[in-house]
Amino acid sequence: MADSQAELHKARESASQSNGQDGKTEPCLRVPEAPHRPGEEPRFSRFSQQPGDLHRPDPLVDYTELRPHANGLVRVLDDEAHASGPWNPEIDAETLLEGLKIMVRIRHFDSRMLTMQRQGRLSFYLESKMEEAVATAAGLALHPDDLLFPSYRQHALMLIRGATLLDMACQCIGNTRDNAKGRQMPVHYSWRQGKIVSISSPVGTQFPQAVGAAMAADYFGRPQVVASWLGDGTAAQGDFHYAINFASVYRPPIILNVVNNQWAISTHRNIATGGRSFAARADAYGFPGLRVDGNDFLAVYAATAWAAERARRHGGPTLLEMYTYRGGAHSTNDDPSRYRPADEGRFWPGGDPVERLKQHLIHLGAWTEEQHESLNQDTARTITEVVKEAETYGTMNEGPYDPPETIFDDVYEELPPHLKRQRDELLGEQD
Amino acid sequence: MPKMNMIQAINSALDIMLERDPTVCIFGEDVGYFGGVFRATVGLQERYGKHRVFDSPLAEGGIISTAIGMGINGLRPVPEIQFSDYIYPGFDQITNELAKLRYRSGGEWSAPLTIRTPCGGGIRGALYHSQSPEAYFTHTAGLNVVMPSNPHDVKGLLISSIESNDPVLFFEPKRLYRGPFNGDPHKVPTWTNQPGGDVPEEYYKTPLGKAAIIREGADCTVITWGAMVHVSRKAIEQSGLNAELIDLRTLVPLDIETVAASVKKTGRCVIVHEAPRTTGFGAEVLSLVQEHCFWHLEAPIIRVTGWDTPFPHTLEWQYMPGRKRIVRALKKVMQE
Repeated sequence: MADSQAELHKARESASQSNGQDGKTEPCLRVPEAPHRPGEEPRFSRFSQQPGDLHRPDPLVDYTELRPHANGLVRVLDDEAHASGPWNPEIDAETLLEGLKIMVRIRHFDSRMLTMQRQGRLSFYLESKMEEAVATAAGLALHPDDLLFPSYRQHALMLIRGATLLDMACQCIGNTRDNAKGRQMPVHYSWRQGKIVSISSPVGTQFPQAVGAAMAADYFGRPQVVASWLGDGTAAQGDFHYAINFASVYRPPIILNVVNNQWAISTHRNIATGGRSFAARADAYGFPGLRVDGNDFLAVYAATAWAAERARRHGGPTLLEMYTYRGGAHSTNDDPSRYRPADEGRFWPGGDPVERLKQHLIHLGAWTEEQHESLNQDTARTITEVVKEAETYGTMNEGPYDPPETIFDDVYEELPPHLKRQRDELLGEQD
Repeated sequence: MPKMNMIQAINSALDIMLERDPTVCIFGEDVGYFGGVFRATVGLQERYGKHRVFDSPLAEGGIISTAIGMGINGLRPVPEIQFSDYIYPGFDQITNELAKLRYRSGGEWSAPLTIRTPCGGGIRGALYHSQSPEAYFTHTAGLNVVMPSNPHDVKGLLISSIESNDPVLFFEPKRLYRGPFNGDPHKVPTWTNQPGGDVPEEYYKTPLGKAAIIREGADCTVITWGAMVHVSRKAIEQSGLNAELIDLRTLVPLDIETVAASVKKTGRCVIVHEAPRTTGFGAEVLSLVQEHCFWHLEAPIIRVTGWDTPFPHTLEWQYMPGRKRIVRALKKVMQE
């Protein structure tokens, strides 16, 4: 019997000394690089795909028809914000305006919440700058009964599903009006009345849960679609792979969105995957994957509507890669200038989703620069009022919060004896 | 002697081990170019190259499992799990694979991993950036479990852990990274001029399995680890009692000799930990004290712990054991 310690030592010696006949060490472990780092010129090429390049087949088509879409880019708005091509969803200006207003509200809200965090009035914040269209257009394309499992950068869904900015601000503060009782960090919303499932910090956990929820919809025979979102970095998690595999097996009515915003904190998407496209993963599982211009409100709307129709007609799952850009930091604990060029966003070829939709509405004659400016001003004013009102229900530093003994509520449906004892202990501490 | 905070001491230990042992490598989320979200690996990729310190995809199960394979094939990986709350996708690989590899192969195979992971609350991190999951791992045979409480120990224990041929779960109380948090979130001192803040530049080891007596005393024994070491020290000062304070530092293997000698001397024992109470590691310490010291005990042993609930956001300070909760326990243990 060999001495295992000695064997181990030998193995380590040989690993460190030689991997070839000549006895020379030449490490060749391949570790990808981000395309550019601080101090370097950002390298992005313009989108080569144009609206009209990809056909829009009937949603029940065989998935192999969608192979070009998995590596291409579904677009409707061109670089000048004119809509064209078979993916143009032909939605009315009223819906477009609704989308624009939601995106503007979210952007202003994000900006105000970031300020509050810097002022010490919020513990933390996560914004969705430059990727507002991903959640907004998808939310509007889905039916109100459809069940949503978002990650932490789709808060536009909250507004679409009936939550107010006041509801959201109170959650972020965690005050007495927070419907989740101050339990979670900011932006980790839960909104059951609008069919938005509670958001978790561990990334990607919602993806296979959403597939299960879609299986339940089929179990009951409900005409319900389920949608979920996660990021490019998160698509490395086992949960992503459970989700697409179970989706491919049971073929439930599910829309799985990978929001590819290029960065997961400092991890560039080319460290998240060695593959070129996230959408192409669906092909190996036998269902369609489409890469979509995520900053093109109309393309996001159209692709989501297509996938929802497929799901509702029992065509099964769709994987959508929303190709976008993380315009801000990962969170208020992050300083992206340490790992990506500070001006990288200026070089992003996909543009700003708010600006693009605004221009499109102006082309349609349904909107003007002046109207947009007053929308900005009105929204900013509204948010000032919302924050003021929210803090009447408690501030982060002064409270009031829910009383201390509520720590023990909702661990179980009813308080078990050992938690009753602990609650009494806690109350004995308060004086 | 140089002053370091815990992050600098961790960085120093990693630097030394990368330098000394060409099989040591570091990988995890954001640890490469960026140097980690807590900055523990800053400068190391630049110094040692991309194949020694590198970024991984965001998949804790993937990080742990590939680290095991690297360990099997001759490397000595020091993977980082960004927050211990995110370690669970790697749980199967840690408890069923890493912990059992040596045993199931009759000693033929092993993987000398040191899994570094920040733990604990006090940073307004709520349910998923605050957990103290040490007890899940102390319950699994085959793993060593370490939780240092100051810069000096973190460096010495990290070097010992990396050199250990057995796997180590290395928990770093993140609330202590920049200073010895002692229960007041508004007044956290820096490590400068604090015990444990002097850290030699060079290589040294702090032994695994050896507790530290932080404060000698005769009235009662307080046994704790991690951030609660400093909260307990302050609570003892406030109580006016002459309590002995023991920092376990290593939970597995546990230094029962130091613990038992102290409790036999004082006859009274309070155990403090941040993790929830039910089947927390305090339950194990309590059982051992009872087994070793029953005839010396003059009062029932008391546990001060986090509640048996998830870790809340706004009510964080009502959740975490604070000085008040510890002082009450000290007074109670003296009354019996």
